[in-house]
Amino acid sequence: MQYFIQQLINGLTLGSLYGLIAIGYTMVYGIVGMINFAHGDIFMVGAFIALIVFLILAALFYSVPVVVALLVMMIVAMLFTALYNWVIEKVAYRPLRGSFRLAPLITAIGMSITLSNFVQVTQGPRNKPIPPMISEVYNIYGVSISLKQIVIFVVTAVLLAIFSYLVNKTSLGRAQRACEQDQKMAALLGIDVDRTISITFIIGAALAAVAGTLFLMYYGVVVFSDGFVPGVKAFTAAVLGGIGSIPGAVIGGLLIGLIESLWSAYFSIDYKDVAAFSILAIVLIFLPSGILGRPEVEKV
Amino acid sequence: MTGKTLLDIRGVHTFYGNIQALNGVDVTVNDGEIVALIGANGAGKSTLMMTIFGAPRARSGKIVFAGTDITQLPTHEIARLRIAQSPEGRRIFPRMTVLENLQMGASLDKMKHFDEDVEKVFVLFPRLKERIDQRGGTLSGGEQQMLSIGRALMARPKLLLLDEPSLGLAPLVVKQIFDAIRELNRTQGLTVFLVEQNAFGALKLATRGYVMVNGNVTMSGTGKQLLADPDVRAAYLEGGRH
Repeated sequence: MQYFIQQLINGLTLGSLYGLIAIGYTMVYGIVGMINFAHGDIFMVGAFIALIVFLILAALFYSVPVVVALLVMMIVAMLFTALYNWVIEKVAYRPLRGSFRLAPLITAIGMSITLSNFVQVTQGPRNKPIPPMISEVYNIYGVSISLKQIVIFVVTAVLLAIFSYLVNKTSLGRAQRACEQDQKMAALLGIDVDRTISITFIIGAALAAVAGTLFLMYYGVVVFSDGFVPGVKAFTAAVLGGIGSIPGAVIGGLLIGLIESLWSAYFSIDYKDVAAFSILAIVLIFLPSGILGRPEVEKV
Repeated sequence: MTGKTLLDIRGVHTFYGNIQALNGVDVTVNDGEIVALIGANGAGKSTLMMTIFGAPRARSGKIVFAGTDITQLPTHEIARLRIAQSPEGRRIFPRMTVLENLQMGASLDKMKHFDEDVEKVFVLFPRLKERIDQRGGTLSGGEQQMLSIGRALMARPKLLLLDEPSLGLAPLVVKQIFDAIRELNRTQGLTVFLVEQNAFGALKLATRGYVMVNGNVTMSGTGKQLLADPDVRAAYLEGGRH
């Protein structure tokens, strides 16, 4: 039983990160109808920026409280990663809007390769470790939960609360949803659709940057190719939850995390990815639009 | 009480790809007027409404609103000059509640008079108040029409464009909407430019009217003149030719 709960906690930790990344996929898909395949690499860039900030802090100050360090890493990573995604949207995706559907998809794959190669060239191809920032582990009835995991849960929960307030209650969020549902009508109501799309990319990147920072803190290491597998998993999570649905992305993320860690715990760790993708395939057979997704066809 | 020119459309040509939809249209709407545009299906009425917003953009010709040349402005900037439209097909945001749809309308006004204006809309269309938390996509056609008009009014427009406000509504509700338009025009001086298939009701309501055939304006005059015109009567009022 303890073992099961232990794995549950591990799975939820992983799933929180997937969920944060998946939101970026799902929001971008919702508003421009394209899969931003560079989003996984945006997450990796976020982790690298956090790493650089960590090294700068370590070089400048003798000691920095962990909370302050983490916050600074997170905020700087959010800002710069958002800038990256904003530029990518403007340079690579916007000119192709309105062209045939495959064009932005191909560009997105190109941007993904560009980003990971850029980081490889500028930061080197090897693993970049940082010393452990947080090492406390608590033992509750035989289940161990690390402070790192608690930090991940808390940050994710706070961020999701802020984010869902933003989307559901503010005029910015309303404009975002309006553009998602009918861009032409939104423009008729004075909404600057291009600007709203830019903001969507910025928000998605900021959430991915937080996931990147947390990833760095949790695993203590990052490498240029780290965008790919978590990116694909988060994309899977978004599809599983129903692409276009924000709560769906979070639920999908948690599910993928849980499937992965429970499978690794009870079966073979080598096949954890196979398990996650198999579940995806099975779910999509019975629920083609995902868990919370809506069917493509709508009554008009 | 009608004043200077508010909207001036001169020689506008609009195309969908290579298909010409508007063929040199001239229309003027003066401050404080209700202007009706009538014509058969496919005549280009809705295209004209959307061309005013630059979606699609006029290939040639000029559109001036309140002294500003808006022919090449982006759609949202045209809207920000306080032109509101209840467009063809209503275009309610289907996964937003009635209230949120109205809030979207008020975003042009930066939500400054939201509480006051939403009450006015609810007086006009009490049905919307009953449906306030319901999603737009689940409303009936008539309710969506009310919501679409209400949403346009929330913007406090200088010019209100209505594309077929009577479409899909029960005769009683149509009368109610036409009365409301007349009332808004009389009390607040709201300028209205409406497209209608219901030519009789529209011309009775309108100060002036235009008749559109195949992308051309073929006739214009006061509402009364057009109502009395034998050609108009034959084509649009007595069910004759179309």
